[in-house]
Amino acid sequence: IKRFYSSVPEVRKVTLIPGDGIGTEISASVQKIFDAAGAPIEWEAVDVTPVKGVDGKFRIPQKAIDSVNATKIGLKGPLATPVGKGHQSLNLALRKQFNLFANVRPCKSIEGFKTPYDDVDIITIRENTEGEYSGIEHTIVPGVVQSIKLITEPASRRVAEFAFQYATLNKREKVTVVHKANIMRLSDGLFLKCAREVAEQYPNIKFEEMYLDTVCLKMVQNPGQFDVLVMPNLYGDILSDLCAGLIGGLGLTPSGNIGEGGSAIFEAVHGTAPDIAGQDKANPTALLLSGVMMLRHLNMYDHARRIEQACFDTIRDGKNITGDLGGKAKCSEFTDEICRRVRDL
Amino acid sequence: SDVFTTKYGGKNRVLLIPGDGVGPEMMFHVKETLRAARAPIEFEEINLNSKTATDSLIDQAVLAVKRNGVCIKGNIETDHNNPTSQSVNVSLRQRLDLYANVVRCKSIPNVKTRHDNLDILIIRENTEGEYSNLEHESVSGVVESLKIITREKSLRIAEFAFEKAQKDGRKKVTAVHKANIMKLGDGQFLASCREVAQRYPDIKFETMIVDNTCMQLVSKPQQFDVMVMPNLYGNIVANVCAGLIGGAGLVAGSNYGKNVALFESGTRNSGRGVAGQNSANPSGMLFSAANMLRYLGLDQHSSVVRNAIINTISQRNVKTVDIGGTASTSEFMKHVLDEIHQHTPEIDGLSKF
Ligand SMILES: Nc1ncnc2c1ncn2[C@@H]1O[C@H](COP(=O)(O)OP(=O)(O)OP(=O)(O)O)[C@@H](O)[C@H]1O
Ligand SMILES: Nc1ncnc2c1ncn2[C@@H]1O[C@H](COP(=O)(O)OP(=O)(O)OP(=O)(O)O)[C@@H](O)[C@H]1O
Ligand SMILES: [Mg+2]
Ligand SMILES: [Mg+2]
Repeated sequence: IKRFYSSVPEVRKVTLIPGDGIGTEISASVQKIFDAAGAPIEWEAVDVTPVKGVDGKFRIPQKAIDSVNATKIGLKGPLATPVGKGHQSLNLALRKQFNLFANVRPCKSIEGFKTPYDDVDIITIRENTEGEYSGIEHTIVPGVVQSIKLITEPASRRVAEFAFQYATLNKREKVTVVHKANIMRLSDGLFLKCAREVAEQYPNIKFEEMYLDTVCLKMVQNPGQFDVLVMPNLYGDILSDLCAGLIGGLGLTPSGNIGEGGSAIFEAVHGTAPDIAGQDKANPTALLLSGVMMLRHLNMYDHARRIEQACFDTIRDGKNITGDLGGKAKCSEFTDEICRRVRDL
Repeated sequence: SDVFTTKYGGKNRVLLIPGDGVGPEMMFHVKETLRAARAPIEFEEINLNSKTATDSLIDQAVLAVKRNGVCIKGNIETDHNNPTSQSVNVSLRQRLDLYANVVRCKSIPNVKTRHDNLDILIIRENTEGEYSNLEHESVSGVVESLKIITREKSLRIAEFAFEKAQKDGRKKVTAVHKANIMKLGDGQFLASCREVAQRYPDIKFETMIVDNTCMQLVSKPQQFDVMVMPNLYGNIVANVCAGLIGGAGLVAGSNYGKNVALFESGTRNSGRGVAGQNSANPSGMLFSAANMLRYLGLDQHSSVVRNAIINTISQRNVKTVDIGGTASTSEFMKHVLDEIHQHTPEIDGLSKF
């Protein structure tokens, strides 16, 4: 039996979905680093490759669903986009199952990895259940398509509340609501109204409203002025990728999908990178930082801080970084260096 | 009179709408610039802005644009807190069927930015999509907003984009979309672009999902040439690109319909924050005026104006604060006018060109 710091009494069980392609390598790396840091996490690895049910339809194995149902927390590597038709994507299934209503993506400049933008420290919070992703579209007459964007008060309020809670817990100063209510005055107007009402309950957090286009303009001119951003689904999709671009791309950005009742699934945003899979070349940073988000979600702030620092120190030092960051190290060498550092912190 | 005539004694009447925010100041500088360049333009002015807008004034403006064929305007603010007020900008565009919005973002020497050597031409569908103004609250707290994509308008904008690309000697057109989510709507837009692309075998055609596009724009923007997209993505991409080359004060935007054209700022913001301080950058609106002159066939006047702005920034190193300089608007204008005078010598009441 392992012993952990006395200040952290309980071991938390977490579902691990290693994923495909480089997923297995980077998941192993994360587990190794968490071990070195003494993080009180017990992993339950599950396979989510869809299996054929008795009715002939492909589904996520019940075992995986049961595991996340029990643990409420998941860490997920990249999954290959399933080619077969007729089954739900895992992301959709999990989102429905746990009502994962908010997608959170922190984008923070990494010292030692140079991009044209420095000084980025932005959290994008995206409504994850409705908006332009309602999937309702009709061809009214041939050649005329209408796509419906759905905005509801409960979903808008819920994500706004989450944004302000997140800002409070993580000691952030400002929340900016991103909207286009000058054009979509009812739908975005409703989203805006909910954000305003929630903002009133958080007098210690600065509140700001900005048009989507103005955010885009200012984001590339001076990203340092933004802190926490909250917005409807599509704007969040676009802006979270834009922000990830500012700090060097999807290889470095973690994300978390937050659900009701404390459930959450954290994942690397990048794909399976089949071109380098199985070669010990992948950069585990995005998944590791997703794990760090998970630790914070579980109030394990100290372990989160140490792992994050060990990772950032390793990148800044530059001697043991992976190919995508301009180095020559293997995934395993990068991992070992972080482990070495985290033990000393 | 301040109105100069063309070689054959003709002059062009143009509708001028000052708008809100920095609009009126910018229009003042447009007028003094065209006067200095001896452009044969006569302005008809309608003072349409967020305070004065009434149905009848908007009707009057629409009529005046139709009559003159050409309009230059500042942005008109929309009060988004009033659910019944409509964007005057959008209704002008829709009523005049100004279906193509064109914004060119080209790096200007001596403007310090994070990315160099950009020359991106953004072509945006300007009349439908998310800007269809079809919304309803079916039950309290549940709002549906309709995005309309038609094959007709998609084909029309795609055709415009490829025509323009060919005319300007461009190599590649990238269609920006979100057809993985909006399979029917954006799917139809994409299919229309593909269809038109086949008739232009010399121009490379690519497609890119809008979120990836934004990521690419902040990491490797040099990969883009001409971009074509539905309404809302155009709003996003144009603002990102404007930011990349130095900001809202530098970029011009044009809107084209069948027999009408309307010229305004590229990012279409009113610049309320910088109004009345003699600090705004007039370059974008002056580039817009230069585009208008070119549209009217006054190519040489257009070049004089355009070169005067670029020389002021790049050679004289006179820049307003938004692009890292210290010049006030009036100091900047003094240099622009001086450049124009140097290249437009006095010929007793006659246009040089
Ligand atoms: N964690 C990582 N470490 C190193 N390189 C990565 C990482 N993730 C992605 N890449 C690189 O970025 C590029 C795109 O990767 P991505 O994972 O999106 O691949 P993909 O082919 O799109 O896979 P998928 O089909 O799963 O989306 C590839 O060249 C890949 O090698
Ligand atoms: N002609 C201009 N010269 C310099 N900066 C400009 C000009 N036009 C717009 N901007 C800047 O571009 C940004 C976006 O303009 P926008 O009109 O949305 O803002 P604003 O009306 O000034 O609003 P705010 O009240 O938020 O300051 C602002 O920072 C504005 O100052
Ligand atoms: Mg995305
Ligand atoms: Mg991919």
